[in-house]
Amino acid sequence: MNKLMTTAEAVAKLRDGMTIGFGGWGPRRKPMAIVREILRSDVKDLTVVSYGGPEVGMLCAAGKVKKLVFGFATMDAIPLEPWFRKVRQAGEIEVMELDEGMFQWGLRAAGMRLPFLPTRCGLATDVMKHNDLRTIQSPYDDGEELLAMPALNLDMAFVHVNKADKLGNTLITGSDPYFDHLVARAAERCIVSAEEVVDKLELDAATARFNTFERYLVQGVVHAPKGAHPTMCAPDYGWDLAHMKRYAASATQEDGWTIYLDEFVNGGEDAYQAANGGADAISQLPVPTF
Amino acid sequence: MTTNCEFTLAELMIVAASEAFRGDGEILASGLGIIPRLGASLAKMTHAPELMMTDSESLLVEEPIPVGPRGDYVPKYSGYMSFERVFECVWGGKRHAMIGPTQIDRFGQTNLSVVGDYDKPKVAMLGVRGLPGNSINHINSLFVPSHNTRAFVEGEVDMVSGVGYNPARWSKNMRQDLMEIRHIVTNLCVMDFGGPDHAIRVRSLHPGVTFEEVQANTGFELLKAPDMGETAHPTAEQLAIIAQLDPHNLRARQLKDNPPGIRGASNDQ
Repeated sequence: MNKLMTTAEAVAKLRDGMTIGFGGWGPRRKPMAIVREILRSDVKDLTVVSYGGPEVGMLCAAGKVKKLVFGFATMDAIPLEPWFRKVRQAGEIEVMELDEGMFQWGLRAAGMRLPFLPTRCGLATDVMKHNDLRTIQSPYDDGEELLAMPALNLDMAFVHVNKADKLGNTLITGSDPYFDHLVARAAERCIVSAEEVVDKLELDAATARFNTFERYLVQGVVHAPKGAHPTMCAPDYGWDLAHMKRYAASATQEDGWTIYLDEFVNGGEDAYQAANGGADAISQLPVPTF
Repeated sequence: MTTNCEFTLAELMIVAASEAFRGDGEILASGLGIIPRLGASLAKMTHAPELMMTDSESLLVEEPIPVGPRGDYVPKYSGYMSFERVFECVWGGKRHAMIGPTQIDRFGQTNLSVVGDYDKPKVAMLGVRGLPGNSINHINSLFVPSHNTRAFVEGEVDMVSGVGYNPARWSKNMRQDLMEIRHIVTNLCVMDFGGPDHAIRVRSLHPGVTFEEVQANTGFELLKAPDMGETAHPTAEQLAIIAQLDPHNLRARQLKDNPPGIRGASNDQ
C-alpha cells in the first residue's frame, strides 16, 4: 500500500463543480501547496467549504469559486481577507454563511452519515433567513424548537499535516488539531499534504496521540514541505506576515492578481519557496504568540 | 484649565470591562481584543480568581498571559482547551465572552458579517464567526471603542449575527432563557439591558460625559439606570496590575489619541 502522489496528481482528481473542503483555521495549517496547484489548474465552479484563510481569498481571486460555505474568512494579523472581501462585495460568489459551531456540526453530520444534527446555534439570527435553514421540534416532552443543521458533504477534502507515512497515517503535532478530523470524515475522498513523509510511522505511545484521524479516510499523501506557507504550521514554522501583506496588496494593485501569480505561483513550488527566501528562511518564521 | 489625570480612558474601560465578569463563577472568560482581554485578565487577578482563561490559542493558564511580545515571560499551563473543546464549553453555557461587533441595535442584536445589502454588501467583514452560537448559549458583553450612530444603529443591525432580545426573532418553543447580554462598555459609558423588556440603560457615564452626549451618539432611545453615576476610576492597585499585564503599553494604542480618563484633563503618567 503506497498512497504517495504529487500535488499535480492530487489536483487532477478534481472535477468542475465539485464541493471541496479545506482543513486548518484562518491563517493556520492550510494546504497551500495544493491550493497553488489548484490555482495553476483549469478546474472551476468549485463549492469551497472552509474555516477560511488565504486559500479562500486566492481561490476567489482566481475565479474558481462558485459558492463559499464559511463561518469566516480572515488572516488574523490582517483581519479582513482582501480578495474574499473584494469578490464578496462585488456579489460574484454565492455564500452559505454559517456560525463556526454550525459549520463543524454540518461536518460531523456528514461524517456520521446523518442528514442533519440539531443545534440552537443560528436560531433567531439572519443565518436562518439567508440559508433557508429549517427547524425541527424535539419529539420529547420539552418540545423545543431547534435548528436542523444539514450535513456538509464534501466530494474532496485537503488537509495539511506535520507528518505522514505512505500508508496514510498522519500526525498533527501543533497544539491544536482544529477540525481536520471532521473535514476528513465529511469527505468522499481526502488527500493530505505533509511537511514530512516516511515509509511507515513507528511511534512511541505519547507521539501516537498526535494522530487525529484514521488512515482509511486518506486516499492520497503528498509530500509538501513548507506546504502551508504563508499560513503557519506549528510547531514547524509561523505564518509569513510579509508575504500575507504582499498578497493583500494584490487586491488593490492594478492587475494585482496576475502579478501575484507570475511572481509566486506560476513557476511551481520550488520557485515559490525561492521567491520567499528559500525553505530555510521559511523554517525560521517564528510561531506567533497571542 | 486642565487638571492632571492619573489614568487613561483605556485604563478606565479596562476596569469597566473587568466589572462585567464580576460574580461569574467558574467559567471560561474570553476577552477579544486588547481592552476586553485586559479586562478579563484584571478580573481574574482581582475579584474573580475562579475564572478560567486560555493563552488565546489552545492552552489554559491560571496566570493571565501579558499581552504582546513575551520576552522572558514563560506561560504556566494548567490544562488544554482546543478550539473543539471551546465549542463544547460554549454549548454547555460555561463561558462569558466580551466581543466588539461592528453594529449593535436596541435589542442587543449584533453584526459582524456585512454592512449594506446582503447579496452585494457595501462592506464585507469577517463573517458571522461564532456570534450566533455564542450569543444564544452563554453570557456575552460588548465592547465599542467608538460610540456613535454607526455602531449603535437605528432599527435592526444589517445582518443579525448574534441574537438579542427581539421578540419577533423568537418562537415560543425556542430556549431564549440561555442567553444573556451583560454589559456594553464604550468610550463614553457603560450600559446594560436592565430596562423594561431588556431595554438598554446607561449604568454609568465616564468622567465628563453627559447622558445627552451618549444619547446623541446612539441610534435608539436610551434609559437611565436609577442609580446612574460616574464610571469607577481605576485604583492604584488596578493600574499596577494593568501595567503588569500590558508591559508594552498596547492599551495606549487602542483608542484614538489615547485620551485621559477624565474628559478635559491631561494625561500625566
